Amino acid sequence: MLRLVHSLPGLFAAVLVMVLSITGAILSIEPVIERAGSVIPESGRITVASLAAKAAEKRTELERIVRTPSGAVIVYYFDGGRPRADRIDPRTGSALAPHAPSEFTQFVTNLHRSLLLGDGGRVVSGLGAFAIIVLSVSGVMMLAKRLGGWGAILRPIRGTATQRWHSELARFAVVGLLISGLTGCYMSLATIGLIPDGSGVEVATPEKVNGGPRLAVAKLRALRSIDMNDLRELSFPYAKDLTDVYGVTTAHGIGRIDAATGAMLTFEPHSTSRQIYETIYMLHTGQGLWPLSFVLGVVALTVPILALTGVLLWWRRRKTSPRINGNVGAQSADTIILVGSEGGSTWAFAATLHAALSKAGHMVHVAPMNGLSTSYARAERMLFLTSTYGDGAAPATANRFLALLSRSRVVLPFAILGFGDRAFPKFCNYAVEVENALRIKRWPTLLPTHRIDRQSAQSLAQWSAELGTIIGTPIALDHVIARPKTIRFSLAERIDYGHEVQAPTTVFRFVVPQPVSRSGSLRRLLQRKPKPPKFAAGDLVGIIPPGSNVPRFYSLASSSVDGMLEICVRKQPGGLCSGYLHGLAPGGTMDAFIKPNPVFRPARGKAPLILIGAGAGIGPLVGIIRQNAAHRPVHLYWGGRHPTSDFLYEGELSYYLSDRRLTRCRTAFSRLTRSLYVQDRIAMEAHVMRDLIKNGAQVMVCGGRDMAGSVASVIDGIIKPIGFDLAKLRAEGRYVEDVY
Amino acid sequence: MKKALTTLCLFAGLALPATAEARTLTLNTTLNNYGGNGAYLAIYLTDAQGKVHSTLRVAAPKAKYYSHLREWSRGSAAARRPIDGVTGASVGSGQTLKVSVDVADALIDAGYQIRVDSSVENGRDNPSEIVVPLARAAAATPVAGKGYVKSFRFDM
Repeated sequence: MLRLVHSLPGLFAAVLVMVLSITGAILSIEPVIERAGSVIPESGRITVASLAAKAAEKRTELERIVRTPSGAVIVYYFDGGRPRADRIDPRTGSALAPHAPSEFTQFVTNLHRSLLLGDGGRVVSGLGAFAIIVLSVSGVMMLAKRLGGWGAILRPIRGTATQRWHSELARFAVVGLLISGLTGCYMSLATIGLIPDGSGVEVATPEKVNGGPRLAVAKLRALRSIDMNDLRELSFPYAKDLTDVYGVTTAHGIGRIDAATGAMLTFEPHSTSRQIYETIYMLHTGQGLWPLSFVLGVVALTVPILALTGVLLWWRRRKTSPRINGNVGAQSADTIILVGSEGGSTWAFAATLHAALSKAGHMVHVAPMNGLSTSYARAERMLFLTSTYGDGAAPATANRFLALLSRSRVVLPFAILGFGDRAFPKFCNYAVEVENALRIKRWPTLLPTHRIDRQSAQSLAQWSAELGTIIGTPIALDHVIARPKTIRFSLAERIDYGHEVQAPTTVFRFVVPQPVSRSGSLRRLLQRKPKPPKFAAGDLVGIIPPGSNVPRFYSLASSSVDGMLEICVRKQPGGLCSGYLHGLAPGGTMDAFIKPNPVFRPARGKAPLILIGAGAGIGPLVGIIRQNAAHRPVHLYWGGRHPTSDFLYEGELSYYLSDRRLTRCRTAFSRLTRSLYVQDRIAMEAHVMRDLIKNGAQVMVCGGRDMAGSVASVIDGIIKPIGFDLAKLRAEGRYVEDVY
Repeated sequence: MKKALTTLCLFAGLALPATAEARTLTLNTTLNNYGGNGAYLAIYLTDAQGKVHSTLRVAAPKAKYYSHLREWSRGSAAARRPIDGVTGASVGSGQTLKVSVDVADALIDAGYQIRVDSSVENGRDNPSEIVVPLARAAAATPVAGKGYVKSFRFDM
């Protein structure tokens, strides 16, 4: 719902909001320039009487003196019948420059407030300001939810580059945007006349005017008591009409002054609505508050980027949202699949499962979890595929599910597949919550709840195979998964380790193919120029072994700038893909694609890195060390079996130690007389670890799940006494894992 | 039926000025190319002392800016009401406002003046930038303003 509130106005108002913000940013320069070009004397120095006297010394027939909110003083007068206006130095009365309002500024102002469309355009502009409010509020609420609550709103943001640009900029700009949006909305309402702005007050003409010979302006008592910085406008009486009076508008009100006696004849204080309007006008335009103007201008410049990244994010989500062919109605289906998804990726799995079950002869109904029906006439089982949103919350399509369930009478055998990211402390929390709720309702269990880290097609295939056995229909998931677009890589070299310790592990180096643009000039013009694949150590490569459509993911041990694609793979007994790879000779090929893994990256900067891995998990860590030309401190902890057999990358690591790309290397071997695992080595160096973490080090762990679990509990024990908390480090992106 | 109605309206229109013993004035106000937003204008009659007698035309859609038409807005509320009840849009830079209004015969050649006040946003206010006597002798003679009005002429 929140997402809908955010995306709909975002899409409809994107262009409008961009026009408002770009013009707004241009206009924000003006108060800064105007302030820079004005002389503002201290309060209490110059009275309006002396200002007017100085201005009058050099000019005949003064008409008006205006002090703008930014502090510029402008004198309107007639010079031999010709109307003139000067910006003056208030201390001397001499002209600084002739005053001529810029046509460009006027044009931009009109574009900003009415899109050059007159009063109708002002309404549209006002709606644009309202859209900014709606987008800011809904956006910041979504962000808080995603980061795990309002207390976590300043935490680092994870996700793709587009997501991070969108969220980081929005977080930076949201307060300013709210100020601009709210004040802009108010000003539009005031201009249209729906809110009183207190202008247009009629000041009655004074009845008793002396009409005698006029005093010099310097001698007018009423003007001598008004400070120049309080002045808004002073209008002079006509020379020909002796009963005419001075009109003065100050910060406090509007008055009329007898030209012969210098007495204030009437004074009408400003109404509250006018004072409110003036404050809001100042907040919106920054006139009279130039630092704010500068800030709001900078903030406005983020809006075009926010709009473009926002539309891009929406488009990507739309592209990955479900298109389920042949979805059966809820009442005629035997199998119900309910989906809890935030971004849409879970839907892709639901669609795959739907296709596989349908192919096996089942009648399958797919719906969001919020679409739980009150009855299912023919259903035999219900399958839940659900992600977890942020810190353990329900995803968008399931946020009403528990409430619906508590009122529901449906009871069906169920199985739950939970998707999540182990980086979050409450991994797959929502799936567990759903399971507990179903158990309370006495739903029978088909399969124990299965939790999947990241989004692995392989795990899904495994789960559905188990499901197939239980329900008595083999599910051939393999054949319905759309084969991703792959590139063919050929093996350049391989380095084998670990045969002697029954852990055959090999470093494979593949040539990165350089795509050649096809001949045929028309085609070349129409097609985008093909680019070689780009990747960094820690990204994933999805390899599709012959005889399968399901990709297996491996962590990359090289970056594209290294000029090769490197992976380190241990041969699994009976493993289809690892077996295939281990059978490759140089020149042999594999079909694969790159999947970015932005979470597992060294943070920017010079803070130390602690790299921890075991076995083949060293691959991405070596890739990171290889890229450390800046010589930031890097501490590697690695565990293997025996130093003479499976010391992966031994030669390369000692070279990196000598050229300072690697600061320290600590190993642990389990098959030596004194058997050590990597977590034991870390425990032995607790003091080093504490010092590094205190100095802002980032920890990156790569390897098997069990090793990662042991390392995490050892490190948690080490840093607790110095006041750090592993969950907090994880949330800050200072403890990241790549686990399989 | 429709035709009859049209005829009736036509007669009513013709008959009305005759009964009030009035004369139709055509006012032509051409603005300079000053380049800003549309100008607010007030065209009105004053007596010989400059007191507002009645309003011929207000080209100013928003009443809250009336105070910028300074001379005219000092008049009483009754005097500020346009005599034909029409207030129009503001007049753009370089454009001409042409209006026809009916003025009682008794006011012509009786010391009354036609005046024009003008004002432009972020520009200046020009009170009484045009002052011409409402006299047969002054008709059909263009007068230049000292502010935004390039020329003003009335015909009768």
